[in-house]
Amino acid sequence: MLARLASKRLLEIRQVFRQPSQAFRSFSTALNYHIDSPDNNPDVPWEFSESNKQKVKEIISHYPSNYKQSAVIPLLDLAQQQHGGWLPVSAMNAVAKVIEVAPIRVYEVATFYSMFNRTKVGKYHLLVCGTTPCMIRGSREIEDALLKHLGVKRNEVTKDGLFSVGEMECMGCCVNAPMITVADYSNGSEGYTYNYYEDVTPERVVEIVDILKRGEKLPPGTQNPKRIMGGPEGGNTTLLSEPKPPPCRDLEAC
Amino acid sequence: MGLGLLASRAIRPFNSSSGSRFLLRTIVSKPELQSPESSAAAADASPEPDLPPRTPVGGARVHFTNPEDAIEVFVDGYPVKIPKGMTVLQACEVAGVDIPRFCYHSRLSIAGNCRMCLVEVEKSPKPVASCAMPALPGMKIKTDTPVAKKAREGVMEFLLMNHPLDCPICDQGGECDLQDQSMAFGSDRGRFTEMKRSVVDKNLGPLVKTVMTRCIQCTRCVRFASEVAGVQDLGILGRGSGEEIGTYVEKLMTSELSGNVIDICPVGALTSKPFAFKARNWELKGTETIDVTDAVGSNIRIDSRGPEVMRILPRLNEDINEEWISDKTRFCYDGLKRQRLNDPMIRGADGRFKVVSWRDALAIVAEVAHQVKPEVIVGIAGKLSDAESMMALKDFLNRMGSNNVWCEGTGTQPNADLRSGYIMNTSISGLEKADVFLLVGTQPRVEAAMVNARINKTVRANNAKVGYIGPVTDFNYDCQHLGTGPNTLMEIAEGHHPFFSAISNAKNPVIIVGAGVFEREDKDAIFSVVETIAKKGNVVRPDWNGLNVLLLNAAQAAALDLGLVPESSNSIESAKFVYLMGADDVNLDKLPDDAFIVYQGHHGDRGVYRANVILPASAFSEKEGTYENTEGCAQQTLPAVPTVGDARDDWKTIRALSEVAGVRLPYDTLGGIRSRMRTVAPNLLQVDEREPATFGHSLKPEVAQKLNPAPFKSAVENFYMTDAITRASKIMAQCSASLLKK
Ligand code: SF4
Ligand code: FES
Ligand code: FES
Repeated sequence: MLARLASKRLLEIRQVFRQPSQAFRSFSTALNYHIDSPDNNPDVPWEFSESNKQKVKEIISHYPSNYKQSAVIPLLDLAQQQHGGWLPVSAMNAVAKVIEVAPIRVYEVATFYSMFNRTKVGKYHLLVCGTTPCMIRGSREIEDALLKHLGVKRNEVTKDGLFSVGEMECMGCCVNAPMITVADYSNGSEGYTYNYYEDVTPERVVEIVDILKRGEKLPPGTQNPKRIMGGPEGGNTTLLSEPKPPPCRDLEAC
Repeated sequence: MGLGLLASRAIRPFNSSSGSRFLLRTIVSKPELQSPESSAAAADASPEPDLPPRTPVGGARVHFTNPEDAIEVFVDGYPVKIPKGMTVLQACEVAGVDIPRFCYHSRLSIAGNCRMCLVEVEKSPKPVASCAMPALPGMKIKTDTPVAKKAREGVMEFLLMNHPLDCPICDQGGECDLQDQSMAFGSDRGRFTEMKRSVVDKNLGPLVKTVMTRCIQCTRCVRFASEVAGVQDLGILGRGSGEEIGTYVEKLMTSELSGNVIDICPVGALTSKPFAFKARNWELKGTETIDVTDAVGSNIRIDSRGPEVMRILPRLNEDINEEWISDKTRFCYDGLKRQRLNDPMIRGADGRFKVVSWRDALAIVAEVAHQVKPEVIVGIAGKLSDAESMMALKDFLNRMGSNNVWCEGTGTQPNADLRSGYIMNTSISGLEKADVFLLVGTQPRVEAAMVNARINKTVRANNAKVGYIGPVTDFNYDCQHLGTGPNTLMEIAEGHHPFFSAISNAKNPVIIVGAGVFEREDKDAIFSVVETIAKKGNVVRPDWNGLNVLLLNAAQAAALDLGLVPESSNSIESAKFVYLMGADDVNLDKLPDDAFIVYQGHHGDRGVYRANVILPASAFSEKEGTYENTEGCAQQTLPAVPTVGDARDDWKTIRALSEVAGVRLPYDTLGGIRSRMRTVAPNLLQVDEREPATFGHSLKPEVAQKLNPAPFKSAVENFYMTDAITRASKIMAQCSASLLKK
């Protein structure tokens, strides 16, 4: 009996180990520590561009002068837009200097948020939503289609430097799941856009990629022509009449 | 029926009846918590609690700054009075209940991220994190209920989820908070069968070893680095299960206090690199003693195994080092094992040392000492000398007819008459009340790291302003560099300098003069300028004495108290017989070539190069001796390990030598020598008590010296190597190689 128990347990344990070790999903584009490389090390000079310096001033003016560090996220965002979608160490150092904190305090923020990319991304960074509603509606297939079409792995940049694919958590667009986001860094921080393309299908995302590759713009929103924004396909089906007023409007009378 | 079934039958009764729960939990947080009487009493929380009095945990003290602010809370039904603003955890501590915790540390800011300290509070829907919850009047806190226990067990299970079970190969084993608390509060089995995460180890330098997979993200080390050590190097990177501690960029932790993260890390993520895999903590014998590598006199515990010092740990002393020590203090111990002098030796005609017996060595020294004229006999005490041996040295030389005895580092003409002129009058803990600091020719960060930590604490807490006059150096707090030389000092004294108004407007201004100034020719002039500033800026008042001298080494204060002052300032030039009692840093260039040098000390360091006779002595870890720190607090070392070879305590050697030389000193015991000290400096016998200086600077005679505009020099070139022990230490050599390179 004991022996049987033991062998059963052993089987269970084996089962656990046999599972593919896919448990690790990386959300952010880089490791949590920095390794110097020729294009990303603290000695590479980095500065906000002239026009962005104005924006930096304007961003900082939103915060009390003794709480400059509150501007860290908008500044990192600006720096990321300026630097083609990712943040080298020297950009983080530049932000730290602007808000007068130790660089590590900026690194902490930049590593915390997965939308700050600390490795190179493509000019068009495609983010596939991977959270439950989108996943149920087939986001895995969409990612696979993208990766296959571009011939890259997740968080890898295509050879021409145009595209990269990443994963994102829910972006609040579940009503039109599945969806992808295109962060467009092709025109610097002035022309930066961050657009949602909803109701996509594996075929549609490939088309989107091709449109972007041709340098054309594509209106954001649902890709299902039969839908109007978040509304149901073929027009509204409920709540067609004026809503009835609540039973007692006359508050005094109640 | 199978064996397994039988076994499970046998176990079941224990599991099902809650009454016998205590049988299973043999290791408990506090005995009285689990004893039937007190838990029963706690359970029925009667309005008139008739509970056994409890003692606060770890000497927790309650300070009522304002008696009206006292509130009453109930911990397990036991009423305690605490001041407003205390947290629930502190209230429990006062009530004698130890709350398990990881992230909370009384000297760091509150993070509240480990959740181990959950307790139940009546009327609160969920268990609350006691460390971050302020206690409110009438709160009924329950630490021993099923809810609290279950909460802890759950938190512990989560913590252990990603913590490797590698205690057998972990250096923290045996003194690990996680280990202890999981024994006391955790479950006896795990349900986690998935893979654990792993984290890349970080390189924090030659002192701190990291095994980051063991980290539980309590962030104590991050808060320590930025709040106490004042270096913003460590941070918490990433989020969720990818969270890790690190510096992000490749960077060493360049702090003189970095070793303390080893103590505050509750797990084995940060351990001591030099001590790695050397010993287990239960094999070690602890000796409570004090540190001599600087003038602070940090309280330490020397952990030894057999004849070997294995490591040095800090000991709590709120007035001196709180619970931190500097890296030099913590890691200098390997210097105690290298380059030691074992036997008495005499330099032969060929220039080589020959081992001789104590009898011969002493006979030769005595003979030579009698051959020279008394005026040319000089005695210099080293920076690590204890008060007893300095007393003996002075008595011995006086009996030989010479009065040329001093302690290195005090300069050739020290002012030993007014005690207030060479000690830290504000006291180290008193610095916390200051709001303006003026540092004159001193770099506390390298001269006295613990004093610097206090200044840093004050700057952080009160926003105190710091002005500094001296060569350019690093500060780990905001500091205004006012100038490099006495001219700036003069400007402040005359009131032209903007910093003067800062001093005069301050409530509790503090001026700290570095002991490096002692070596200057114009030191009296500098001190008189400083006193002018003090007088004009109202730095010395009946209720506040902000005029301080920061001494450099452990022997200085006692030496000056005992009056080790040379008769003439150029005695070295004419000396024929020099007795170096551990003095390695005196400048012997001007010494005549035919001088006879006796070196008595524990390390074959600089002093040995010219010595004719070597007398081995015991180091501070091997003897009982009195040291006075820079604030005038006398403390005693205790022997932790036996001394090496034939070495003897300094005072014993001198006592023996005096007998051979025919001028027998009248004491044979430590008690005897201490009663002699009582007649000279009674404060040295008030152990562990700070003796403030009674007379102020107003009694000082006028000085006619001219101020020399030469800039101040830094007194300590290399923080890690300041004396014979630290210079012999390999670890300190590594530190200075890797951490000091710019
Ligand atoms: S390294 Fe230690 S002190 Fe630092 S966060 Fe991890 S467990 Fe806490
Ligand atoms: S789940 Fe994809 S947007 Fe919400
Ligand atoms: S000790 Fe309270 S949350 Fe960590």
